[in-house]
Amino acid sequence: MIRAENINKSFGKLQVLRNVSVSLPQGRVVAVIGPNGSGKTTFIKTLLGMVVPDSGTIYVEGRSIANRHDYRAHIGYMPQIGRYPTHLKIKQLFDMMTDLRKENAPKSLDEDLVVAFRLRDMFEKPLGTLSGGTKQKVSAALAFLFSPPILILDEPTAGLDPLSSELLKEKIQREHGNGKLILITSHVMSDLDELATDVLYLQDGSVQFYSSVDDLKLGTGEQKLGRAIAQIMSKTAVLSKRAEAIKI
Amino acid sequence: MNKVTKYVLYDIVRNRFVMGYTLLLAAVSFSFFGFDPDPNKGLLSLLNIILMVVPLVSIIFSTIHFYNSYEFIELLSAQPLSRKSIFLSEYIGVAASLSLAFLVGVGIPTMLFEGTERGIVLIISGLLLTLSFVSLAFLAAVITRDKAKGMGLSLVIWFYFALVYDGLVLGILFSFSDYPLEKVMLFLTALNPTDLARIMVLMKMDISALMGFTGAVFQDFFSTNYGLIIALSVLMVWVVWPVALATRIFNKKDL
Repeated sequence: MIRAENINKSFGKLQVLRNVSVSLPQGRVVAVIGPNGSGKTTFIKTLLGMVVPDSGTIYVEGRSIANRHDYRAHIGYMPQIGRYPTHLKIKQLFDMMTDLRKENAPKSLDEDLVVAFRLRDMFEKPLGTLSGGTKQKVSAALAFLFSPPILILDEPTAGLDPLSSELLKEKIQREHGNGKLILITSHVMSDLDELATDVLYLQDGSVQFYSSVDDLKLGTGEQKLGRAIAQIMSKTAVLSKRAEAIKI
Repeated sequence: MNKVTKYVLYDIVRNRFVMGYTLLLAAVSFSFFGFDPDPNKGLLSLLNIILMVVPLVSIIFSTIHFYNSYEFIELLSAQPLSRKSIFLSEYIGVAASLSLAFLVGVGIPTMLFEGTERGIVLIISGLLLTLSFVSLAFLAAVITRDKAKGMGLSLVIWFYFALVYDGLVLGILFSFSDYPLEKVMLFLTALNPTDLARIMVLMKMDISALMGFTGAVFQDFFSTNYGLIIALSVLMVWVVWPVALATRIFNKKDL
């Protein structure tokens, strides 16, 4: 459970988040979407404490995250680009993470993805020699390893081959079934159509809409999420053009 | 904290650049001690090389390493770890590996050929110089997000302490040569870690007579244990303050 209240953040003169207030309950798969530069990554980073908001409060599991780091034991994070120390072996990276999180982790680790991606066969390989896709698999396996109640996945399927991408999606669906809160950013609408239960649409740093996928499809009369979003995007584009025209 | 340091250290020790640096230092040390039968001269030549190379390599390597580890640092900051422990783990990992390279490359040959008090002072001052320039590198890297700017800043810091500072001090000496400047010189030396390291070693070598009256004042001050301890403490301050300030900045920084 994550609750954000009136989050504002500026980088210099540029305001990246404007009064973002959302409540993300357990058991939902929320697709965070929006055009490039709409504040998706910044929003995710504020949840992880990597970016500190100028104002507003974020609650994870009911407690404010300001000046705390222990709450991150409840979150599994898969970054967009996984770059790791080049001479470290995969096994050592897993050992390190286990070492860091073992106090809060369950006794048995969730190695579904390690098995599905056949990472054990590569455990002795240095991370610097891995391809981009394999690094992505490592990142995914690490995010799920400690069965955290909240998962934040930044462009999870970008760079994965079709088979691995399917395996990852199956895993996401299984974890959804286990009642976890999963946040996904992606530009691949077909993936989100399969996975997401809700859509959080950001534009220019503010929440344009936040509703369930079913409501969205019903409202627009479209069968596919991609088309529904496109319809709303073009409407808002027309609206903002009109607004500009009025100003002139 | 050492949970992360262990792996950072493992990663850097296998780095070819650090291996090359160790070999370079070893080659320079062995050749200087080997060419000249007088180990005093060898020590002096080695000192001059160390004062240029060690700060340069320490500051450049640490800056590059910090920027290359950016994504890894981001990933660590998504784990239940405080910012401070992430940053200090990185610092200790880099500082320990470069110190290890220095100890193997310069420490071992020096102890073999000149295992006297002078040799030990040279090793200790070189070690502290390494730590202080790694510190300065972390400060430079944390100030700006842009890698090119960070590298530029690091190079400027090195230029300043290795070359520009001495020029400025000489300028002051010439312009105010009518005044007694010995105490002022003592103070100015403390403002540059490279000069501190240099003076600490030189004062162990009975060549201060070549340095005129200032040399005599320096000799009075640094040749006593009291002076040496003060100089060491000041050098320690040069290790601690940049990394302490950098930690404060990193704590509030948006990644």
